[in-house]
Amino acid sequence: MHELAVTEDLLKTVLRHAAEADARRVRQVNLVVGDLAGFVGESLEFYWQILGEGTICRGSKLQIERISARFACQACQLEFVMDSELAFCPQCGSHQAKLMAGNEFFLHSIDIDVDE
Amino acid sequence: MKEIRVPVVERILNANDQVSEQNRGWLHKFGIFSINLMASPGAGKTSLILQTIARLSSRVSMGVIEGDTARVTMDADKVRQAGVPAVQVNTAGGCHLDAALIASALSQLPLAEMHLLLVENVGNLVCPASFRLGTDIDVLIASVPEGDDKPFKYPAIYRGLQALILNKIDLLPYVSFDMDNFRKGVEMLNPGVAFFPVSCRTGEGLDSWADWLESRTRQGTQSSD
Repeated sequence: MHELAVTEDLLKTVLRHAAEADARRVRQVNLVVGDLAGFVGESLEFYWQILGEGTICRGSKLQIERISARFACQACQLEFVMDSELAFCPQCGSHQAKLMAGNEFFLHSIDIDVDE
Repeated sequence: MKEIRVPVVERILNANDQVSEQNRGWLHKFGIFSINLMASPGAGKTSLILQTIARLSSRVSMGVIEGDTARVTMDADKVRQAGVPAVQVNTAGGCHLDAALIASALSQLPLAEMHLLLVENVGNLVCPASFRLGTDIDVLIASVPEGDDKPFKYPAIYRGLQALILNKIDLLPYVSFDMDNFRKGVEMLNPGVAFFPVSCRTGEGLDSWADWLESRTRQGTQSSD
């Protein structure tokens, strides 16, 4: 979904932090994306290469760390990882599971070249 | 030249979140309770707004923001004909409303005279779930002809809701819609969410929705997160 708008937002954020750090060039952008955040890595990468042209991000790598969806069962309190939004507890079978992690979508850090 | 790592830790779409927080602060300053109404195209968002106006406008002063992707004003026109101030927002092809569009629309509404704001999002079950507007609660209007499998297919939007409306229940005898399966999907994603089966055509169920909304509005902004 709307990966173009999101990648534009990402580029703005990266360029702002790169400028603050007096970067000559951005080599790698380290993103954290939850499995349920709804963002397709290939699509982000595709737009990143296009939007980065003409900026100090040109040719930089988009490194994506995926976070698995983790749930807490509301019946027996077990915490478990499941590769689906429609989770059920593997211990007691309850469908009442609260999402604890997996919706993340943030810029973790940037690797840049600076003057010695 | 040397290579260094600069720690950032900043949420993407942070700019939208910041504007949405401004919207929320602005609405709360005026004591306005606000809801973001989402649905697929044709589920009955505008019909529900008109039915809500018919039941509540004598008791609660309202305003409406109508979102559409095309440059049309027909929805806002209908709301104004019903005697409620409305602003039409066109996203020029965009698939969702965002906080900046709401900020601009708010400046065109008589906020000092309002207690309730209804925002009709663009008809779409995917993108609106990712963009906060600054409203107090998210409400989805599902409808019987869409099928009972929609919670399973669009989990992200169902997960974040504070209320779920199922419209067009007058069609239940004519289409295959497994209510148990629908409810099961909803309970998995959003246990205990307020649920209102309604028909905007016959009026069934709309009174309890309107009563709930009035009560939430009177609780005001205190109970919202």
